[in-house]
Amino acid sequence: MTSFAARSAGEIAQRGRPHSPLRRRWSEKTIRAILFLLTLLTVVTTVAIITVLATETYGFFTLAGHPEISLWGFFTGEEWSPLLGAEPMFGVLPLVCGTLLVTAIAGVFALPIGLLTAVYLSEYAAPRTRTILKAALEILAGVPTVVYGFFALTFITPYLLQPLSSGFGAYNAMSAGIAVGIMILPIVCSLSEDALRAVPQSLRDGAYALGSTKFDVSAKVVVPAGLSGVIAAFLLALTRAIGETMIVALAAGGLAQMTANPAAQVQTMTAYMVQIFLGDAPAAGIEYKSSYAVAFTLFLITFALTWTGAIVLKRYREEYE
Amino acid sequence: MTQPTTPEQPLGASRVELPRGESETAARAPSSPQTAISMRGLSSWYGSNQVLHALDLEIAAKQVCAFIGPSGCGKSTLLRWINRMNDTIPGARAAGMLSLHGLDLLDPTLDVVDLRRRVGMVFQKPNPFPKSIFDNVAFGPRLHRIYSPTDLEELVEQSLRASALWGEVKDRLDSSALGLSGGQQQRLCIARAIAVGPEVLLMDEPCSALDPRSTASIEELIRELRATYTIVIVTHNMQQASRVSDATAFFYEGKLIETGATDLLFTNPTNRQTEDYVTGRFG
Repeated sequence: MTSFAARSAGEIAQRGRPHSPLRRRWSEKTIRAILFLLTLLTVVTTVAIITVLATETYGFFTLAGHPEISLWGFFTGEEWSPLLGAEPMFGVLPLVCGTLLVTAIAGVFALPIGLLTAVYLSEYAAPRTRTILKAALEILAGVPTVVYGFFALTFITPYLLQPLSSGFGAYNAMSAGIAVGIMILPIVCSLSEDALRAVPQSLRDGAYALGSTKFDVSAKVVVPAGLSGVIAAFLLALTRAIGETMIVALAAGGLAQMTANPAAQVQTMTAYMVQIFLGDAPAAGIEYKSSYAVAFTLFLITFALTWTGAIVLKRYREEYE
Repeated sequence: MTQPTTPEQPLGASRVELPRGESETAARAPSSPQTAISMRGLSSWYGSNQVLHALDLEIAAKQVCAFIGPSGCGKSTLLRWINRMNDTIPGARAAGMLSLHGLDLLDPTLDVVDLRRRVGMVFQKPNPFPKSIFDNVAFGPRLHRIYSPTDLEELVEQSLRASALWGEVKDRLDSSALGLSGGQQQRLCIARAIAVGPEVLLMDEPCSALDPRSTASIEELIRELRATYTIVIVTHNMQQASRVSDATAFFYEGKLIETGATDLLFTNPTNRQTEDYVTGRFG
């Protein structure tokens, strides 16, 4: 015991067997290589997906024996009926319209509520309340989307919408939109709250010292200061809404039509793909190929939104530096 | 509001017009000052931790009073009771008497929004809002709707003139306040506080984040502003306290050790601890 106490840290450290410098360099290199390969996997997967989408889309537009398919006709056509009728029509706008209608309903529902909830959590709630509410939001975020789809079909439509108006059918854009709104609510709320909490306390103090009420501080200082972060949160949430599949496949219906009527049934881009891949369309058939073109269109839209969100977010990061 | 506005300080743009020139300062000095802020047996706690112990102090109107003392001595806490900023800190409480021209500042039913219009504050680190220079200064007046729309531009100009910033920013009022230098930002924060027409300005180490040149300009500004406002400044810098203040209060471990006219306190302190501190032997 006494001898232990008498030893210095340096003496004890000498007693271990250190790796040789060579071995250390090798293990460092190996770890680095493994980590790089794993990172590469993500990039390769992304590139592969985009390549498949692009080549199959190209294949769709150049399909032999179908002169009616053209790039112009696809992006401007107002009729989408690949499976019905003597002559299939491939104008993607009805699907885009359905997607945007559902997304718009979801946004109208989720963005204001999400932002106000974020303001409450960030500025008003006591720490304990915030912990409980955030846990509840995380539960909401963890619900599988098929459950929301079910909920829309078996609860929102028959118990909330149909009593209001007889115009609502069993499938309609409204119930799907509300369910998608509930789905993206935790994203809006959590990302907006991050943006609001990132606003320095010194700005709040400055506003309070000028005689601001809590509401003044929230509405005139915190939200404007965190606005670009909030907008980025909105865009990311809307991207999720556009790409959402299960809810719309279950609750929105299957009729691709150009309409802004929330009581009507609509088909979204994602729901069309589900219909094709789960149905018995032959793998070489034109309907099958068309879903790649739709997928590529969807990809372009979500990519543009994600990109915009990233640009806005970058601006917001620079704000306090 | 139980306390009527003092007649010599009418609201609005005229408040921020400053008397200019040395003669004004010289003329003001000999008159016996009226008490603006007074406290009797003021104690304060954060939770169960007592940070202020039975303070008795009077702060004269239209003078600069400096709070000095080592870190953690409670001087910032005391400052933050004068505009009740401590309300934003959970567990902060106070007992005793603290008043501004007879208005009980510890009254739980006090309208702190109104109080903070009368008692402005400038913080340690400049904290302009991420808005334009104009909107920063106009923030308070818009909040309290104490202007007619045509007066707002004039009020902003007067406030910026009073904080000696007008000449530097008059051509870029619409650009972001975050583009200003640290010293300019701090003067902007002073203009922002002045714009609501306060009687008292609280300054919590206003120069600690600034370079020497900016510090000099803020100090010069403080000397000009005392003709119009009662100023309480917390500082760690002895030279600063002696340069800008009329009266000084020295705190140590939450107690008021000594207070008096600045020149006396620095040259001839009666208390041993004060002497040690102002001569730099501890702290």
